[in-house]
Amino acid sequence: MSTVEARPRQRHGQRQGPRRDPRQHRGSSVTAWVMLAPNLLLLGLFLLVPLVWAFVLSFQAKRSFGGGTWAGLDNYTRLLRDDVFWRALLNTAVFTAITVPVTVVAGLALALLLDKALPGRGVFRTIVYLPIVVSTLVTSLIGLLLFDESIGIVNGVLADLGLGAVSWQSEGSLAMVSVIVMVLWTRIGFAMVVYIAALQDLDQEVLEAASVDGAGKWARVRLIVVPSLRPTTMFLLVVNMVWSFQIFDIVYVMTNGGPGYSTTMLVTYAYDEGFGPARNFGYGSTVGVVLFVLTLLITALQVRSSRKQDG
Amino acid sequence: MSRPVRFLVCLVVAAIFALPLVAMLVVSFTPREMLFEDGASLWSSDWTTANYTGLFDRFPVGRWFRNALLVAVITTVLSVCVNLLAGFALAKLRFRGRSLVLGVVLATLVVPGQAIMIPQFELVAGLDLIGLFWAVILPSAATALGVFLARQFFVSFPDELLEAARVDGCSTAGAFFRVVLRNARPLIAVMVLIAFMTQWNDFLWPLITLRDPDLYTLPIALRFLQNQYDADYGGVMAGALLSCVPLLVLFVLLQRQFVAGLTRSGIK
Repeated sequence: MSTVEARPRQRHGQRQGPRRDPRQHRGSSVTAWVMLAPNLLLLGLFLLVPLVWAFVLSFQAKRSFGGGTWAGLDNYTRLLRDDVFWRALLNTAVFTAITVPVTVVAGLALALLLDKALPGRGVFRTIVYLPIVVSTLVTSLIGLLLFDESIGIVNGVLADLGLGAVSWQSEGSLAMVSVIVMVLWTRIGFAMVVYIAALQDLDQEVLEAASVDGAGKWARVRLIVVPSLRPTTMFLLVVNMVWSFQIFDIVYVMTNGGPGYSTTMLVTYAYDEGFGPARNFGYGSTVGVVLFVLTLLITALQVRSSRKQDG
Repeated sequence: MSRPVRFLVCLVVAAIFALPLVAMLVVSFTPREMLFEDGASLWSSDWTTANYTGLFDRFPVGRWFRNALLVAVITTVLSVCVNLLAGFALAKLRFRGRSLVLGVVLATLVVPGQAIMIPQFELVAGLDLIGLFWAVILPSAATALGVFLARQFFVSFPDELLEAARVDGCSTAGAFFRVVLRNARPLIAVMVLIAFMTQWNDFLWPLITLRDPDLYTLPIALRFLQNQYDADYGGVMAGALLSCVPLLVLFVLLQRQFVAGLTRSGIK
């Protein structure tokens, strides 16, 4: 964003001369609005209207279709006293706190590992980021196959090694582990690819100079590579945080929030409230509003920290 | 790390990452009795295609594929058109309110679809779209990401080319269709890939809006299969594998474009 301001102004450039700005063309403003109209219409109707409506619904008592009644802050006071909501928030926070750093660190480690020449490097890279194109539903179903307690592959392998069966599905924290493993499988490849692209832009001369100065490999990574990858890391942290906060598919299919509420997340809870038997549109929307505000906060933090970096 | 050690580490990592896909492949060809007797395994001593034939006998698999293709193709075409036009206008045309429009469109990047799914559902129901593919297509056509990608591309598009077209007597729209589109192929390729993949794999919104099994797209069809088959993983894995084949093939063929596109977009 800041590159626009950073560009030197062309005081005497051709733009300022007697010639008209080529972009200024008669009728161009009408054309512009015609070109924008389909997009703005769709975005406005299917995104902005529902966004405003979500806030409206959060102040209503409303089940399914049919008329809602104003309920003031009822939904929000219920939220504060709702143990399941707090559990969902906590679960989402724990899930995010584990998946995000592991994804980013593993992505960087694999990028460094596969950055230099190695036989079969292309094949290795492909295998690691192949899961990117696998849908979350397929990922979840494979997750079930791997972590099924009675006939699953993981317990099968453990049995072959002479170890006992692990209760991946009936014990809360283990169910969370199984979900996290599958999510990591789909995300690490993306982080790796983004890091590999960033590594290629790295200033090779600085690295060579550092190694001439006697910096070891680990020191070069720690003191030069990691700091200069900061913008990439920031980008990956933010997108992964946003994805983690919005986790739904894999949890819904693998555990459906259970056992108990041990893997219930914000979105699975909002879905259960809105589209489960309760069909509580008002309360479900309130959980949605919380999700929106949290996403906004994460993005704001990122924008602030990138501004600070720009000086 | 010496090179042999690095190679060994890579082998282990690759084995771990390949394991889930191998498991899907093997189990989809494992006989049902073996699965229930010995449990699922990464190798089978006996192979069968019964899981696949059973799947096609019991369920409208072909129909689900047609649905998925239809929905993804229409969404992609619509999405690329509206986002491309908007991105071009925001990058190259001067008009009052441009920065405001740009700001609003980019701000919608931070609105998670999951946060507004209930009012969106009410809206789509109010428009009488439930039970139609349009319920899935229309809300996912215009995207802030698409506009953003298009605008980024067009900002660095040379003005001279546009100017030249105008000197030749083209209107702005004429220049767009004759000159700009021809030079925007890499951009369009990336936008097509992202839009198609996103829609092909989307689950939550079709789950809410497409309630009739005849209308299912692949991810909700898989969810349906999961409930039908329960612990009979063979059939489920056969369906899951088939649903990924198109994207896996595309991915291996167009790896470079995929990687460039995905890296640039930050979307999965």
